[in-house]
Amino acid sequence: MSVDYSRIIEIWRNAPNRKEMKGADLVAEGANPICGDRIKIFLKIRGGKITDASFTGEGCAISIASASLLADYAKGKALEEVRKLDKEKVMELLEMDLSRNPSRLKCALLPLAALKKG
Amino acid sequence: MDVEKIRGDFPILERIVNGKKMAYLDNGATSQKPQQVIDAIVRYYSEYNANVHRGVHKLSEESTVAYEDARRKIAEFVNASEEEIIFVKNASEALNLVMYSYGMANVNAGDRVSISIMEHHSNFVPWQFLAKKKKATLEFIDIDANGELAGLEKASGAKIVSILHASNMLGTINDAEKICKVAHEGGGVAVIDASQSVPHMPVDVKRMGCDFLAFTGHKMLAPTGIGVLYGKKELLERMEPFLYGGDMIIDVKKEGSKWNELPYKFEAGTPNIEGAIGLGVAVDYLNKIGMDEIRKHEIELLSYAIKEMKDEVTIYGPLDARKRTGLVSFNVPGVHPHDVATILDEEGIEIRSGHHCAQPVHERLGLESSARASFHLYNTKEEVDRLVEGIRKVKRVFA
Repeated sequence: MSVDYSRIIEIWRNAPNRKEMKGADLVAEGANPICGDRIKIFLKIRGGKITDASFTGEGCAISIASASLLADYAKGKALEEVRKLDKEKVMELLEMDLSRNPSRLKCALLPLAALKKG
Repeated sequence: MDVEKIRGDFPILERIVNGKKMAYLDNGATSQKPQQVIDAIVRYYSEYNANVHRGVHKLSEESTVAYEDARRKIAEFVNASEEEIIFVKNASEALNLVMYSYGMANVNAGDRVSISIMEHHSNFVPWQFLAKKKKATLEFIDIDANGELAGLEKASGAKIVSILHASNMLGTINDAEKICKVAHEGGGVAVIDASQSVPHMPVDVKRMGCDFLAFTGHKMLAPTGIGVLYGKKELLERMEPFLYGGDMIIDVKKEGSKWNELPYKFEAGTPNIEGAIGLGVAVDYLNKIGMDEIRKHEIELLSYAIKEMKDEVTIYGPLDARKRTGLVSFNVPGVHPHDVATILDEEGIEIRSGHHCAQPVHERLGLESSARASFHLYNTKEEVDRLVEGIRKVKRVFA
């Protein structure tokens, strides 16, 4: 299996939604104790729908890109709907097949795990 | 030392990873196994599998002889006597044995236990648990800017001084003789975690002067699930067992039981027979090459790797190859080690990334994690070249 970095590196480098949000309605935090990665996701929720989403954190390119893509995807959806997402959806967002890379899949799932917990 | 011939003994080194010839550089985590070790395990199960120390039948006698032969080889390998060699499942279990059977009985409230900041979690967490349980003080010997122990003398007076021989993160080889001397002068015992040294260099428990020495088989060409605790006879005799049950007794009555002699007192239950036999054959293999030769080869590889890598990455630990065991931990500035490892894996180069079960030393250096290339007797300069080329690729991808 191949891990294509070209797309996610662009996101890792330039994610416009990598910023703190003042007055967020929900702040979800997640950490991967194996590598010390930490992600914080900020959501603004109006009328049951996520109207804005951003994130901050330190981590590898995969976890940062995953957080950025997930935050974008979440906009306009209900929180419960986003929380129901699974690993297949995360890999689809990343356009990366990590099914044979369980340790890197953990990096990719960190932002979603934070949202599910938060 | 004929590295090409050695490589021929390790079938896994022929593997293709992601379309490239594999360069296995994660020996700090576990080593590969030679055909001789694999064959010994197959032979045990195909020809004489039986429980040890129990039956009087032919197969049981054969397996017992093979199991005890392995113990003798390992005893000779580290210059101990057979009754001082206890088979455990890994170095963590060996250190837990010392913590429970020696530590719990001898460390009291207000006592000091001294370890270093560069310990692997296996020699960190057990002592942390003991100190908390016994209201003792756990102290940490610090490191200097070179990644070497600083202020070892402060360990004097501790009931237990437990320090690793070679660091799995910094690579630093500590002066084990000096550690033991400091421990003894202060009236304590010295425990040496030799997981990263026994597989790579000659180790002699008598010369070292340690009271306990822990190491694991799978980092020294043997299977997983087999490790060794060496303990000085007079200490082991005074200690209570660690695990209770079969084989560790000499007499069991309703009123009470009597413990078996050394080393069986510390080997409850059916042991990892094939693991011990495999470890014995691994020791034969290492002896045939010679630990001095292996050490020399690794120093050469290390010097070369450090020279080639030091302008490309940040290297941790001493830069003098003679001061370190065969590994290099590093970071590519601005790139997460997991990303470094994944990109290298794409090139068939297998390295470790993360905190390598040594979080305190990472924290001490202000790091979350690092990447690590670790060598063994079958690695080559060509593999180091591929590693360096791979690192350059990482830098291009993340430029």
